[in-house]
Amino acid sequence: MTTATLTQEVSYVDAISQALDEEMNRDERVFLMGEDIGAYGGAFQVTEGFLKKYGEWRVLDTPLSESGFVGAAIGAAMMGLRPVVEMQFADFISCAFDQIVEVAAKNHYRWGAAVPLVIRAPFGGGVHGGPFHSECPEGWFFHSPGLKIVAPSTPYDAKGLLKAAIRDPNPVLYFEHKFLYRRIKAALPQEEYIIPLGKAEVKRAGRDVSVITYGAMVHLALEAADLLNKEGIDLEVVDLRTLIPLDKDTIYESVRKTSKVILLHEDNKTGGIGAEISALLAEDCFDSLDGPILRIAPPDTPVPFSTPLEEFFLPKVSDIVAGAKKLASY
Amino acid sequence: MDIAVIANEIKRGDLLEMYYYLRLTRSLEDRISALYRQGRIVGGVYTSHGMEAIAVGYASALMPDDVIAPFHRDMGAFLIRGFSPGEIIAQYLGKQGGPTKGKDGNVHMGDLKRGMIGFVSHLADNMPVAAGAALAFKIRGESRIAVAGTGDGGTSRGDFHEAMNFAAVRKLPVVFFCTNNQYAYSTPVRYQMAITDVVERAKAYGMPGEIVDGNDVAAVYLASKRAVAKARAGEGPTFLEFKTMRMHGHSEHDGAKYVPRELLEEWKTKDPILRAERLVTQLGYGDESYFHEVGERAKKEVDAGTEFAEQSPLPEGRETLVGVFATEDEVYP
Repeated sequence: MTTATLTQEVSYVDAISQALDEEMNRDERVFLMGEDIGAYGGAFQVTEGFLKKYGEWRVLDTPLSESGFVGAAIGAAMMGLRPVVEMQFADFISCAFDQIVEVAAKNHYRWGAAVPLVIRAPFGGGVHGGPFHSECPEGWFFHSPGLKIVAPSTPYDAKGLLKAAIRDPNPVLYFEHKFLYRRIKAALPQEEYIIPLGKAEVKRAGRDVSVITYGAMVHLALEAADLLNKEGIDLEVVDLRTLIPLDKDTIYESVRKTSKVILLHEDNKTGGIGAEISALLAEDCFDSLDGPILRIAPPDTPVPFSTPLEEFFLPKVSDIVAGAKKLASY
Repeated sequence: MDIAVIANEIKRGDLLEMYYYLRLTRSLEDRISALYRQGRIVGGVYTSHGMEAIAVGYASALMPDDVIAPFHRDMGAFLIRGFSPGEIIAQYLGKQGGPTKGKDGNVHMGDLKRGMIGFVSHLADNMPVAAGAALAFKIRGESRIAVAGTGDGGTSRGDFHEAMNFAAVRKLPVVFFCTNNQYAYSTPVRYQMAITDVVERAKAYGMPGEIVDGNDVAAVYLASKRAVAKARAGEGPTFLEFKTMRMHGHSEHDGAKYVPRELLEEWKTKDPILRAERLVTQLGYGDESYFHEVGERAKKEVDAGTEFAEQSPLPEGRETLVGVFATEDEVYP
């Protein structure tokens, strides 16, 4: 990124729009489906202006019918198009669960039909959305073979990973964090770039404790790292970026270096991605560990609405600081 | 159906070919049932026995590049699309030579090159998928169409309704059908819906619908032709309700004790093969010796298919790990 010509700073949400626009320009097979994405431009304005530019057969407003339009996107993908479906909120993806895990995920394995489909799903809390507009449903799909799962944390990654997702020949769930939409900005290269799926990135190199995380939690970890630095604890922050395929090499390399690990995510704790990585580390990196594997994740409750409740629910910088100090003492 | 209409609207060769596929379907499925009873097939077996006219009729009404998302009792559609009896029996036996190479069983096979979308057990799941295939044809300005069906039970699922609605709103080139065989596993239609005719469901979506005698291959073929022509002309989707009767259990393990015997006796007289033979005879296209000859030909093909399937090796256990993800070169077309 250092050698590229940089544009003016763009927000995370604008980076997503740019990726869609560039891919639709590049490849006429790419088209969009979702609720209110046409004239209205989408609940988060990701596709504002797209209807005018690409017309109603490449920017399809759908009935309120997640299973129906995900199914239709699967059919169109099997016939050679490249649909990108927008879930208005990731929470509503539960209505399309069957189509995603039974049809999209299994078609290639069962009878050889590729399903090059992207489902964009705005997820996560911190926006006072309550139990139906704040969920992190990635764990459900993490357990379903045949899907790829992406969850970017920066505008740069959001753009590069969405372009890779659209070009992938498989169903890809792209979880975009709506707390980050307009809160973070970055200058992006003017030149086209792609970030391959399945590659984690060390967002901050450190010696003492590894934090393995993704999505909005990456920023919490980086904040915690700054605070801990003043106390002489050097945090390494690994941003998974892609949950499936999981970049075990980068995770293991980090943990073998620091010997101490915190698994941090916004999805609730039980049976989450942290639990799986914990098991992998126990199986493959046991000899490198110098302390217990810590998970920092919300309790096993729905995401509550009221401010003090949601604040209690979500992981905090102070949780990471406390966890890192505990581990550093081993 | 009026014999003069049939003589006028169905070519002799087409009718005789449909008769051949009725016989091939029956022979093949009878063989599959026998293999099941011998313990040679380890999974479920769902046949179209007594309902063969539906798949044979609609699949014969299509162009080769149209796409089918079949119901699970549509063996005739696979045969018409060029799946050989050998491949199909190999599929049932879990052999390498089956279209899924053992990854899935029975009628859960598909092949986009032959325009067949693989069946999903969750009934009606492929109806929105077929609408999406039709959407692709419409977006690209192609004259292809899609056909998708489910059973009477499947029409209670949300995906059926979501597909019907979406296809109607966007006037997609798709034909939906319901094989109303009166039972969803053991549940009769009266516990499935508070209407007598499934076709009533289409009205809510502003979609034209038609009730068709599902045991009359000529009626199925002509109704499908009309619906297909409308879809191809850009006039949107049609819903066809094929009335029929499931003559076997839900699966071959099921004795279907819940079905009144007299109902089965009544429908036995409406057998689609007998009906087709009567029609062929009336039109003067064939006689008993012709029917016998076609039956022998079908049996020979099924014998050869059984031989092929038996010779085909089982997959190696480790092939389980192959194929979870697709590579770019596998993307259609």
